[in-house]
Amino acid sequence: MIMAKPKPIEEIINEIKDFNKVLIAGCDGCVTVCEAGGSKEVQVLASALRLFFTKESKRIEIDETSLTRQCDKDYLRELLDKIDNYDAVVSLACGAGVQFMAEMYRNKPIFPGVDTCFIGVTEERGVWTERCQACGQCILARTGGICPIARCSKRMLNGPCGGSEKGKCEVSPETDCGWHLIYERLKELGQLDYFSKPADPKDWVSSRDGGPRKIVREDVRL
Amino acid sequence: MNTITPSKLEKILAEGHFAVTSECGPPRGANGEVVEEKANLIKDHVDAINVTDNQTSVVRLCSLASCIRIKQMGLEPVLQMVTRDRNRIGIQSDILGAASFGINNILCLTGDHQHFGDHPQAVNVFDLDSTQLIQTVKLMRDEGKLLGGFEMKERPKMFIGAAANPFADPFEIRVARLSKKVAAGCQFIQTQCIYNMEKFKLWMQQVRDQGLHEKVAIFAGLTPMKNVGMAKYMKNRVPGIDVPDYIVERLAAVPKEKQADEGIKICVEQIQELKEEEGIRGFHIMAIEWEEKVPEIVEMAGLYPRPKINEN
Repeated sequence: MIMAKPKPIEEIINEIKDFNKVLIAGCDGCVTVCEAGGSKEVQVLASALRLFFTKESKRIEIDETSLTRQCDKDYLRELLDKIDNYDAVVSLACGAGVQFMAEMYRNKPIFPGVDTCFIGVTEERGVWTERCQACGQCILARTGGICPIARCSKRMLNGPCGGSEKGKCEVSPETDCGWHLIYERLKELGQLDYFSKPADPKDWVSSRDGGPRKIVREDVRL
Repeated sequence: MNTITPSKLEKILAEGHFAVTSECGPPRGANGEVVEEKANLIKDHVDAINVTDNQTSVVRLCSLASCIRIKQMGLEPVLQMVTRDRNRIGIQSDILGAASFGINNILCLTGDHQHFGDHPQAVNVFDLDSTQLIQTVKLMRDEGKLLGGFEMKERPKMFIGAAANPFADPFEIRVARLSKKVAAGCQFIQTQCIYNMEKFKLWMQQVRDQGLHEKVAIFAGLTPMKNVGMAKYMKNRVPGIDVPDYIVERLAAVPKEKQADEGIKICVEQIQELKEEEGIRGFHIMAIEWEEKVPEIVEMAGLYPRPKINEN
């Protein structure tokens, strides 16, 4: 799931302060799960903005909506009828949703209301951590189901480095050493053979280094 | 013993001598003469001089340019190269550039995370890691190929080294990781600085149990303590360094003005003890901003004069 966190409200105020009518658009997908951009957060943000502008004696009308997914044209089209009532939209979707909305409604400024952070998991309510960097060529089969690219600060493929201590990363004592975890898990699984072989240089073409990525699958195209 | 590169360091090891290396850290400015001054302080007492590559992620005059200066002084440089700042294109290009100046030793490192340095905002590259850098240099040297497959006419003739930290956790990974570097083609290892001799010897025992000491020349890494403050700092603040209490206590037990001498004495005693340790083939003395003390340590440890090697 894509994890995001709410932007500081000052940043949003600064973007919208010169408009008269603004729509806050949530997304019922990932950002709802991480409690950053769902309908609940739309309400909270809209109320806070109204309060702020009222105090400042500024008349800005702020409406609320939330779409099933902003990364899907069918759902984005739900705004076709009402988008022209607004001068601008604050989208609480991830960066992909914000961009897809901007592509569809070319004459409207669309502002991001969250900072999109990573692909991760909910460890517990209010705690989310990264698991995947979408490198496009999964190596989890050889690393005990733990990704060194996402979990090692140096994304080493032959770790750990000499800086890990008591299972923690040298960069922060709060971060587990990804390679320590990998080693322990491979040991549990009886797969230490995977650890002993040097991993060759990785082909990063499938990662962001190959440019913006695209998947075309003829088997599922209409 | 046969050698496969023109490296003087490799020849010294092949002839069965203990090798002695030291390092110099380039300045945080454009004055290359600093490198030459540091090299001059140690040149008669070491076989080769490592030049650090933006160590602790602090921007410094580059290792390659410094190594060229050292080479042009008629000395033997060891090019330290980290994978943090350059991708495989930049790295291979620098290796070829180094080889073109007759630089024949390379130390392959991943490098400290930029979090610790003077540019924590920087992107890190880590296209390769240290083990993959070893593989890369070996491929270039032994097969005459770049990672992309291009066959070169003139190969870089590098004696390939890497670092090992016997003290990082978990201890049991450390020898397995060394074994991986050896499998990748590493010929010499310079260890993290040693203070905990018991733990180091335990590591060496495991190294010998796997026969790795016969495949790779291990240099014991040593950094003399300047005073008790440095010992405490290294103990508490530097990741991956194991300073036992008895080292701190021994330095604390002598008056402040005698602590530097005590630090040197500890270092010399360590060398003498490690000369007896099977599998130790050399010493890497990292006297941090204290290069002028290296000759004294080498002499007191009975490692002087250095062997003369026929360059042909």
